[in-house]
Amino acid sequence: MTVLQPGVQAPDFSLSTTPDQKVSLSDFRGQPVVLVFYPADWSPVCSDQLALYNELMPEFSEFAAQIIGISVDGVWCHLAFSKDRKLHIPLLADFEPKGAVARQYGVYREKDGEAERALFVIDDEGVIRWSHVSPVGINPGADGILKALESMAKGE
Amino acid sequence: MSATLTQPVSAPDHAEGPADAPLTLVEYGDYQCPYCGAAYPVVKRLQKTLGEKLRFVFRNFPLTQAHPYAQVAAEAAEAAALQGKFWEMHDLLFKQQALLEPDIIPTWAEKLGLDLEKLGNDIGHGVVEERIREDRQSGIRSGVNGTPTFFINGARYDGPPDYGSLLSALESELARRSG
Repeated sequence: MTVLQPGVQAPDFSLSTTPDQKVSLSDFRGQPVVLVFYPADWSPVCSDQLALYNELMPEFSEFAAQIIGISVDGVWCHLAFSKDRKLHIPLLADFEPKGAVARQYGVYREKDGEAERALFVIDDEGVIRWSHVSPVGINPGADGILKALESMAKGE
Repeated sequence: MSATLTQPVSAPDHAEGPADAPLTLVEYGDYQCPYCGAAYPVVKRLQKTLGEKLRFVFRNFPLTQAHPYAQVAAEAAEAAALQGKFWEMHDLLFKQQALLEPDIIPTWAEKLGLDLEKLGNDIGHGVVEERIREDRQSGIRSGVNGTPTFFINGARYDGPPDYGSLLSALESELARRSG
């Protein structure tokens, strides 16, 4: 499976974020989007990638960037997880057909039935400008995302 | 993509151990984070084992969304630093982590012999807040991915934060340097 690379138009999708609400990538046309694919809800607390991004919302909002989490967990799981961790990041359920969006982006791990720990920074026209896949056990942090957003803001 | 420390250790940092030590361990931490609390005795033990070979530096990375008292605690430590008692407050915050809440800070400050009025002013006037913000920014840019995040001679350590694992990483860095 090949991970989608910079320069490629990001495939649009429409996934549930709550039991009665869907979110599409195209909803955010006109602003940068950070797509965060991650293996599963409920990973250990303080070293959690989403908790870090949740903490860094002010930094992302400087670039008017929308950050979105995607995993194969269902909406009820996402709701419980968001509530427990006080997350302000929309979590999308790539649940049915399972992992379809992760597959489109080339970041689905067949063996585990989960998404890779992958990041995509998408510009205001829906083009992928940066992507990164980290080893599943390693939280990539936010430096790469911020660098990508910064270079986009500078018009590079 | 291996994360490295973008802000080198310098004079304003809180450091224990010789400036010319062959090993520098930097921790980005949060006083209310239980994993940082667990790492506290680990670091102490590493310092004891490695002695003069190790310099330890602590920088603030309060996860304020998850830990409501993390910022208050970081401010207390930084304000104590302005009275020359950073490590005393740092130790107390981690040793008594279970008791941490904003109302206990003055009691602890008094115990350490700090000037409470100055402490309050330094916190109230945002002097220490700026310092904490700078630590946080350098952490974000260096690839801090949660707390605690350690850097060994500038390279992010991605292994488990237990004594054995950290010691062996530090020792192999020492061997690499002298080899």
